[in-house]
Amino acid sequence: MSAALRTIALEKRFGGLVATNKVDFTLEHGARHALIGPNGAGKTTFVNLLTGVLPATAGQVLLDGEDVTRLSQQRRARRGLGRTFQINQLFPAMTPVESVGLAVSERMGGGADFWRSLGARRDIIGEVLDLLERFRLIDVMDHPTARLAYGKQRLLELAVALAGNPRVLLLDEPAAGVPEAERRELLDTLAALPSDVSILLIEHDMDLVFSFADRITVLVNGTHFAEGTPGDVMKDPRVREVYLGEEEHA
Amino acid sequence: MSTRTAFSPGTVPLRGAAPTDLQARALRDLGRTGRWRPAEALFWLAALASFFFLPDQHLLLTEVVILGLFALSLDLVLGYAGIVSLGHGAFFGLGAYVAGLVSIHLTGEPLTGLLLGGLAAGVLGFATAPLLLLRASDLTRLMVTLGIAMLLYEAANKAAWLTGGADGLQGVWIDPLFGRFEFDLFGTTAYGYALAVTFLLFLIARRIVTSPYGLSLRAIRDNALRANTIGVPVGRRLVAIYTLSALYAGIAGALLAQTTMFVSLDVLAFHRSADVLLVLVLGGVGYLYGGLIGAIVFKLLQDVFSTITPEYWMFWIGLVLVVIVLIGRDRINAAPLALWHRIRGGAK
Amino acid sequence: MSTATTTTRDPALMLTILIDGIAYGMLLFVLASGLAVTLGLMNFINLAHGAFALMGGYATALLMNRAGLPFLATLPFAFLVPALIGAVAERTLYVRLYRRPHLDQVLFSIGLVFMAVTAADWLFGSQQQLITLPAWLQGRFELAGVAIGRYRAFLILVCAALVVGLQFVLTRTRFGARLRAAVDDQRAARGLGINVGVIFASTFAVGSGLAGLGGALGVEILGMDPTFPLKFMVYFLIVVTVGGTAGLTGPFLAALIIGVADVAGKYYAPELGAFMIYLLMIVILILRPQGLIAR
Repeated sequence: MSAALRTIALEKRFGGLVATNKVDFTLEHGARHALIGPNGAGKTTFVNLLTGVLPATAGQVLLDGEDVTRLSQQRRARRGLGRTFQINQLFPAMTPVESVGLAVSERMGGGADFWRSLGARRDIIGEVLDLLERFRLIDVMDHPTARLAYGKQRLLELAVALAGNPRVLLLDEPAAGVPEAERRELLDTLAALPSDVSILLIEHDMDLVFSFADRITVLVNGTHFAEGTPGDVMKDPRVREVYLGEEEHA
Repeated sequence: MSTRTAFSPGTVPLRGAAPTDLQARALRDLGRTGRWRPAEALFWLAALASFFFLPDQHLLLTEVVILGLFALSLDLVLGYAGIVSLGHGAFFGLGAYVAGLVSIHLTGEPLTGLLLGGLAAGVLGFATAPLLLLRASDLTRLMVTLGIAMLLYEAANKAAWLTGGADGLQGVWIDPLFGRFEFDLFGTTAYGYALAVTFLLFLIARRIVTSPYGLSLRAIRDNALRANTIGVPVGRRLVAIYTLSALYAGIAGALLAQTTMFVSLDVLAFHRSADVLLVLVLGGVGYLYGGLIGAIVFKLLQDVFSTITPEYWMFWIGLVLVVIVLIGRDRINAAPLALWHRIRGGAK
Repeated sequence: MSTATTTTRDPALMLTILIDGIAYGMLLFVLASGLAVTLGLMNFINLAHGAFALMGGYATALLMNRAGLPFLATLPFAFLVPALIGAVAERTLYVRLYRRPHLDQVLFSIGLVFMAVTAADWLFGSQQQLITLPAWLQGRFELAGVAIGRYRAFLILVCAALVVGLQFVLTRTRFGARLRAAVDDQRAARGLGINVGVIFASTFAVGSGLAGLGGALGVEILGMDPTFPLKFMVYFLIVVTVGGTAGLTGPFLAALIIGVADVAGKYYAPELGAFMIYLLMIVILILRPQGLIAR
């Protein structure tokens, strides 16, 4: 059986600059995999290559064994690749019900329906409410997104991504900027994500990485630098030098 | 592709409120389910009443309702999809010319001309919409829409053999509506006709903007990047709404040509596109009634300003635009909108 | 231009047209250069840019016709009047709109155009403002068999000097460096102790002044009446959009292309009118959506 997500010699150059250097990477089914690396290691570029925001210069991206390297963002999304964003990418004027409802209806292929109101689709409402409940957004479900607390917006970021029913989910620093008081809620929902969704977590926060991930890949200067269980990676002296060492000095 | 669902509906116990309450709340928010609010009914009843009780004003009211429909067509792209257009007059003008030409060369039957005028504009919209997707920048869109409008103006100006050029299209004649209602000098048939067409198109637009498709448009307007990542085909959706909007604008133009039985280059002039923006902004963007309400306000303002300084009323229109922006569109629209919500939402 | 039928392929005539086109294009660039900075670099959609050109044009026409000043002596006023008004307008009005949605900027500046057009009409009437150029700028001279209008040659020289000066200021001076920093990242620029407000205001003032100077220089060949800002709005916008928002080189190229295309189009295919220009713009935007020179 093929891996949930795989890259083969994935490469991205901006002019002469190599941002992603022939990266071979495998995300197993049901994995809780973290991608770490110092600032400027090329994590964001790598995610953008996976999701199709940027076209790759060379190499392949395989989603469940299927080559998606040339597919658009939206096509990859339809094939089950979901993501959240480091900086909230929400619909400020829409409510959580509307945002999640839209994501569910798009997944079901009902987004082009221009005649029947979403409210007429009871099957959608049920699923929307379940998602809102799971991500603790029920109380604020009919408030405009722009007025939600930051922590709630981060939760909505997750709910919208999960509404697409992804097989693979890329979480880009999900806890970034969340105030301490709202943090617990977020970590709990992260821990409760469905186990059959394969997750790649891109994160700075080492506490979160070690509590969440069962496997860690270290990216340095756009190159696949090290990989292993959290214990292995922590013990690796080279990793300590380039990455964890930097953290200690910081 | 797998067909499993992440969460099977109804299996997660819901805390607090009973599920049915939550459903009702969710439904209310997804809301605009097609249920009519009292204020909406009131609005259209007032429009109907104006037909019966303001017979002296039918000519003016026809202008108002046509301008309102034109602004509504702009609201579809600007308010719901966030596309700033400076050339919406192109579709209005094309619809007007086609309707006029149909009456001269094909048939005087009004509905045929109306339909063909709308279709021609829709085709132009469909053909030019991909240009808007080249680069999702407001400036590029502005220039493309403006450029197309200017092209059309020049074309109509130069193709005098077809359009009459600067003299306008002569000899437009429209047969009685349904073979029975003649277009009279007082504009009674014209007003009834324009009002009915506008109401019908409004109903369709209302249905569309409250559909999942309409929701996806708002999502694109709010954040095209995220819309893309949840699987919304942004390009196709925008082309579709732009085409529909062009069709609406074309029908508005056709209505003008038919009710005035005249078409001049003025229908394609830049000020049409600018005026319609002002009209929409006066009434408020993104709730469909803005265009219609704005048209009433605009005509009233125009009336007041032309009595003060007949030749220079454009100055005051300009001043109104400047003041509106400086005060803030939100704040100006907040007043009627708040009232609107109070009436709409009942006691809440 | 009446001998078109017999001489359409005459190379000397083609050169004359080319030179006319270059003069026209350079004039367009001077007119639009302020917009290339506010719109191109600062991303502010200002449809009222032509209003400042109008002020310059009227300053020159009125000072020549009513106060009897010689043409050259009016040019400083054509620059200073709109520059001053531009600075005041920037500090009091435009500054509030930098962060607002493009729709607001469009509405606001259309409003200003309407006001400027009707105000000029009310104050000075709707007729064309005509000026008589000094004798040394009238007529033509021949250079290697090519007839060149004296005023066209004058325009090319003046505008070329302005272009070089502008490019120098923008790329080689401390002011230019500060402006580029302020445009790229206002917050970072403030952090470096750059007074962003003053930089923007002076940039806007100079841009408005150049538009005024362009308007004054253009009275003879573009005409000048109250509708000038509306008539030429599209041309200015085309220069910036087609040129691209990377700097001044793109708009300069675009202005030259448009100038030559417009003059040649009016000569060889007058029945097409301005059709050519709009078509050219759309084609270029299809081929290069970011403009000729992208950021």
